[in-house]
Amino acid sequence: MTLPRDQILGRLKSALDRENRPPEAARARLRDRPAGLIPERGQGAPADRLALFAAEAERVEATVARIPGPAALPREVARYLAETNQPPALRAAQSLADVDWSSQPMLKVTGGTADGADNCSISRAFGGVAETGTLVFLSGPDNPTTLNFVPPTHIAVIRAADIAGDYEAVWARLRAEAGGGAYMPRTVNWVTGPSRTADIEQTLLLGAHGPQRLHIVILDDDATP
Amino acid sequence: MDSTTRQFKDNARGALDDAQLQNALDKLGRGFPLKRLEAAARLPEFERLRDQAREIKNHVLDNLDFYLEAFEAKVEAAGGQVHWCADADAARRTIGEICKAAGAKTVTKSKSMIGEEIAINDYLENEGIEPIETDLGEYIIQLRREPPSHIIAPAIHLSMGQVEETFRESHADLDPDRALDEPRKLLEEARTRLRDRFLGADVGLTGANMLIAETGSNVLVTNEGNADLTYSLPRVHIVIASLEKIVPTLEDASTILRVLARSATGQEMSVYTTFCTGVRRPGDLDGPEEYHVVLLDNGRSKLLGTESHEMLRCIRCGACLNHCPVYRSVGGHAYGWVYSGPMGAVLIPGLIGMDEAAHLPNASTLCGRCEQVCPMRIPLPRMLRAWRHKLYESRRTGALGRWALEGWAWLARRPRLYRLIMGLGVAGLGMLGRRRGRFRRLPLAGGWTGGRDLPAPEGDTFIQQWHKGARGDASGERLRRRGR
Repeated sequence: MTLPRDQILGRLKSALDRENRPPEAARARLRDRPAGLIPERGQGAPADRLALFAAEAERVEATVARIPGPAALPREVARYLAETNQPPALRAAQSLADVDWSSQPMLKVTGGTADGADNCSISRAFGGVAETGTLVFLSGPDNPTTLNFVPPTHIAVIRAADIAGDYEAVWARLRAEAGGGAYMPRTVNWVTGPSRTADIEQTLLLGAHGPQRLHIVILDDDATP
Repeated sequence: MDSTTRQFKDNARGALDDAQLQNALDKLGRGFPLKRLEAAARLPEFERLRDQAREIKNHVLDNLDFYLEAFEAKVEAAGGQVHWCADADAARRTIGEICKAAGAKTVTKSKSMIGEEIAINDYLENEGIEPIETDLGEYIIQLRREPPSHIIAPAIHLSMGQVEETFRESHADLDPDRALDEPRKLLEEARTRLRDRFLGADVGLTGANMLIAETGSNVLVTNEGNADLTYSLPRVHIVIASLEKIVPTLEDASTILRVLARSATGQEMSVYTTFCTGVRRPGDLDGPEEYHVVLLDNGRSKLLGTESHEMLRCIRCGACLNHCPVYRSVGGHAYGWVYSGPMGAVLIPGLIGMDEAAHLPNASTLCGRCEQVCPMRIPLPRMLRAWRHKLYESRRTGALGRWALEGWAWLARRPRLYRLIMGLGVAGLGMLGRRRGRFRRLPLAGGWTGGRDLPAPEGDTFIQQWHKGARGDASGERLRRRGR
């Protein structure tokens, strides 16, 4: 009996005349990974890129704050939660372990994964894409995926220097940082604005299953805290 | 799923008489196309990106075997497993076995057209496993036991009132006094119900917008975030995908993603685009411990190299539905099977057979808008014509239609006779219709005049006017210039 795998592949190979046509072009494509056309839009100077990232994110209903550095993060988070009338409690990713929350004693910060009862999570984005105001998150022990989706409010922290013009630049950085090893974590999440649906009479509503609010905090690198 | 495609004509008649459906379709026709146009206008490179997206998929189809094997090796390297399934039955059994081995009682599901194609929900129910759709639209139609009526907006045919009714019937403990008279309240009701289901599911079943050969990843695109709760919370993640979903690299996926959302909803990018690769890594706090990709053929390998070959480029964005005058008149259910609109009319005969789907290639005006907006530049009108040709060749066209076509072909090959008859016909009809200027009824054309009047011809035939132009008549000259 032929296995379904071999049957299907056999059919494909004969339809494609594989015996006489070795897949050289495909081999080369996997090796070289040529980039396609990259839109001009995101290719400006770093300051323009940052401005475009914020504008595109706001266009899809995210809110954006810029602060000097990690030392200013607790105050910004407390401010945001107070302003939006939310309880001062956070589920924080381990990737933000270096943040000293003691300046905001009212803020209750816990670690771990989201359990369904949390109101707000905070996690660190690996990169940003100015072209569409998109955040890129990598799953890992210090950045669980569920933090990006389960609580109704999500605060994303990103360094200004990690905001690229295009998706391709973020893929290149991901590969480079792995230093030749396997580079894909279990999950890579591109997030462009808060969750939404238009499934009922084409009425746009925010907060379908994922977060209703996405607050992006950009850390300007050159400033001293 | 079982098809009612044979009854397309009756289905369409029913849809045209359904005022509520017409209202929904009207809204769709005013919404999506405009948003697509705005998104395209914001990106000067959009048209060139469409060319590149087409080239990527053409290259993939030329190397489908190679990329699938590369994909499989990468999935295995990341701790996952690929299950090759020749047909719907094999895919259903494979999914059922994985669920049983996992001891699953409930399976959360994010929207998958392949899931519809193999009717996985019915199968799981029969096996005593409860499937729970989590996309809001899909959840609503699952409660109503209806198929989706649009690839990306499955409940587009329903009104708010119908959704409320459905929730009141299905959610047994729902307080009858609770108001559900706004979309927001309906969403809250569904969101709350589904929360616990997400947290308690044993298996998460998702589709795939793409598979990536370079990394062994599947790509998921949603706006709600339901797919992300589906794969990240349960212990087992199953992906069901058809084999043409494969693309070579992360770069290629990025190019296609640039045209996908813009074509579908007019968004620059959908809210959540996710790349899942293998099982949870050592030290990860969440994510699945098992990762299975069920790779479905279901007739696709037989389409390679046929007239339907280019249909395998389709990325299921729904743009051809949104721009099709026939879809926008009758909606998705009239087509009678999983897919609808121009892409459905091309794909369905190839997948379930010409006998079943004989009406669909004719459910088109061949106006060409589908091809104009298709991000993958699939020549849908040409492919619909090819199916019509096949229907004719295989004598599936009705006798009256065949005689009419054969008669016309005979006449059209005899230009003198053709002109004579046309000249007489036009003059005769012009004289008969002089008083009213139009005909409400014509013999042998009752189907045509049933919905509209035929304007009575005025003046000469086209050819006569053309010849007058050749003699220097001003209006004829304009015609000739345009003709050139």
